[in-house]
Amino acid sequence: MLEVTGLSADYGSFRALFEVSLGVEAGETVAVIGPNGAGKTTLMRVISGLLPPHSGTLAFEGRSLAGLEAHRIVEAGIAHVPENRRLFPRLTVEENLRMGAYMSSARARFVERRGWVYALFPRLEERRNQLAGTLSGGEQQMCAIARALMSEPRLLLLDEPSAGLAPLVVQQVFDLVRRIREEGFTVLIVEQNVRQVLELVDRAYLLEAGRIALGGTADELKRSDTVRRSYLGL
Amino acid sequence: MDIFLLEAVLNGVMFGGLLALLALGLNLIFGVIDVVWICYAELVMCGMYTIYWLHAVYGVPFPLAAVAAILLVALLGVLLHRIIIEPILGSAPINQLLATGGLLFFLQSFATLLFTTDFRNVGIHLPSLELGDINLGYARILAFAVALVGAAALYLFLARTYLGTAIRAISQDREIMGLMGVDQRRIYLITSAIGGGLAGLAACLLVLQYDVHPFVGLSFGPITFMICVLGGLGNMIGGVIAAFIMAQIIAIGGYELSVEYSEVLAFLVFIVLIMVRPQGILGK
Amino acid sequence: MNRSWIIAGVGLAALALVPFVASPYVLHIAVQILIFGVIYTAWSFMGRFGLTSIGHGAFLGIGAYTTALLWNLYGVTPWIGIPAGMALSVLLALVIGYPCFHLKIVGHYFALVTLALGQVIALLVIAARDVTGGSLGMTPTQVGESIFAFQFPNRTHFYFIALALWLLVLGVWYWVGYGMRRAALDAIGEDETAAAAAGIDVMREKLRITVISAAITSLGGSVLTQYLMYLNPETVAGVGISLQIVFAAIAGGMYSALGPTVGALLTLTLTESLRILFGTHFIGAANTIYGILLILFIVFLPRGIMGLIEQFSLFRGTREKESRLPL
Repeated sequence: MLEVTGLSADYGSFRALFEVSLGVEAGETVAVIGPNGAGKTTLMRVISGLLPPHSGTLAFEGRSLAGLEAHRIVEAGIAHVPENRRLFPRLTVEENLRMGAYMSSARARFVERRGWVYALFPRLEERRNQLAGTLSGGEQQMCAIARALMSEPRLLLLDEPSAGLAPLVVQQVFDLVRRIREEGFTVLIVEQNVRQVLELVDRAYLLEAGRIALGGTADELKRSDTVRRSYLGL
Repeated sequence: MDIFLLEAVLNGVMFGGLLALLALGLNLIFGVIDVVWICYAELVMCGMYTIYWLHAVYGVPFPLAAVAAILLVALLGVLLHRIIIEPILGSAPINQLLATGGLLFFLQSFATLLFTTDFRNVGIHLPSLELGDINLGYARILAFAVALVGAAALYLFLARTYLGTAIRAISQDREIMGLMGVDQRRIYLITSAIGGGLAGLAACLLVLQYDVHPFVGLSFGPITFMICVLGGLGNMIGGVIAAFIMAQIIAIGGYELSVEYSEVLAFLVFIVLIMVRPQGILGK
Repeated sequence: MNRSWIIAGVGLAALALVPFVASPYVLHIAVQILIFGVIYTAWSFMGRFGLTSIGHGAFLGIGAYTTALLWNLYGVTPWIGIPAGMALSVLLALVIGYPCFHLKIVGHYFALVTLALGQVIALLVIAARDVTGGSLGMTPTQVGESIFAFQFPNRTHFYFIALALWLLVLGVWYWVGYGMRRAALDAIGEDETAAAAAGIDVMREKLRITVISAAITSLGGSVLTQYLMYLNPETVAGVGISLQIVFAAIAGGMYSALGPTVGALLTLTLTESLRILFGTHFIGAANTIYGILLILFIVFLPRGIMGLIEQFSLFRGTREKESRLPL
């Protein structure tokens, strides 16, 4: 579904990604793990169109995403939940959802879509008229994911959903991702919380200093010495 | 209360409505795009000249001329953004302010070339409403009413429509607008059109009360900026409140002192208030 | 080192010869170029370090009206009147500058506050029309050639006064522009917080440069009045002249010593050429072009004409280290 080949990208004046290649099949959940500064967020931003790549190819469902602006990539069916949630703080929960459904195709089905999302996130429905900036960390994360789902994406990009959240809330977020998986969404998730995310996904890639160091099934990575030593503390 | 003071206060309230409309346009542009159109009053001037030219020179009925003016200034807003602001959107905000300063010069002088420095009147003189000893010009009342309607319409647009919500959103986090499927550039252009349209609307109201000349912008431009800064630059509600406050200062000051000293007073009050609370009344 | 001194020497000699080779008309323009050069340079003291003011007309107006009013109303010699104007301007600069810098009002907020300042002075002049003549302007009482009255109808005399003043201001430019002071101001322009953390007294440096700018602008305004023997609120206060100062400084190039003067050369020759070409038919043509030029300069040549020239290494030897500020 998503094919990234030889992608290189710059972050400001220095190179952040070096010839990264990875793939995500329809229905899969894939993780990209790695330390801080490895380039995981940069990778997400290039895929969603916020950052232009320097070289390499990016294809989604056979179509090249090269040169497309972010709003076109959303139209193509990829939704990105950014690092740090990035909700619109002075809009209500429901208004944030509206923004997620801005695309004309999503707009037409807004009511239906909203109903489905609220069913998935009942807590959000309770707070629908509350300003997004006043939500708790966990609620904000849910709202951000809900917002992304409003555009009926075929691929969901999650950038560090557990960042800055209390352990109990992290658990809830991962449960949520599990549910989204079950609904049939294809998910590419970037995470620092290696232990939990490897329990969640089918496959994973290890990104270190801008390069793919390792790739395989979740089990393979769990058993790999590199991962165990550096990231699982074993 | 002295009946003429009351008249001054009422006139001040109505003047405040008009200033509030001007402030709304400026604050919209600043809040969304983060630029100051220092030539905003000159855009209003263009609208005023358009109405003068269409109505007083060519006899086009006023309502039609008004609509034409609003559309024209909306277009000017779009062109301003596209041609002058877009190329320098990434550079320091002061550059954008100065570039619109260039447009200020240009519009003033171009108007001088076309119409000379003569004061032109549109020729519509509405009568006054007489309440006892108080005279309130219908032009003023109309301007106030239309300004309120305009403000309400803007509010509804921003609160209830997708586009309006997007415009509000973009000022809160512009970087991720693309992730919502929103074309940032298009939003800026639409906002510029609305800002221009509001200026055009203000022009329609001003032209019923004042003569137009190439430097008419200097009469209300600086005051509008003060109002916006006082209310918190970009804060639309703050701008409205500040507009009414400033209008009262000018109205009552004009009654107690003289029109000219009242303006001096207004600016002095501004300077003092900004020193005390630099982010403005409702600024963050 | 040697080459630049020779060039400077030759330039100075050429300037000194102007009154003896130029027609009275050209001399008239030359005097104004020098005086406006002083004014635009004064503005640039602040502008080049990121403090963009669009209200310098305030200081210009204070200088002009203080001198003229003291003379007309009380017979006070401009030799006292001019410093009085400068003192008032400095006071105003401190009164506004201190709270502004303390509260970290920068960028377009700062610009809008300066706009208010310019307006206050212009409106004050108009409101006090009994004393100042309002929008119609006023003329200093003429007494012919007199040192006491600082009136020199003899253009050549005034030319050398203007030249001396101009050289003085260039001297101040270099004095400000070198050494630790300059490094401090550059640092402040780039990142105030970091500069403060490094121990630079941000407030004092900014106030100092603002005071210098205000004082010299005021001086320029007074001298301009004594030369033209006429002033009105439009030409010395108000938005128009304030923006014109900004335009000229940017077009000429506010980062180099001669830049603002080049701006004066540009604006004056432009106005005069248009006047000669079109007479009174196209009043407003000059500003129309200024407007377009300002836009073009901001977009394409933010460092102005001098910036362009410096890029071609003509004066590479004498050029100061470039400041890396926005613009």
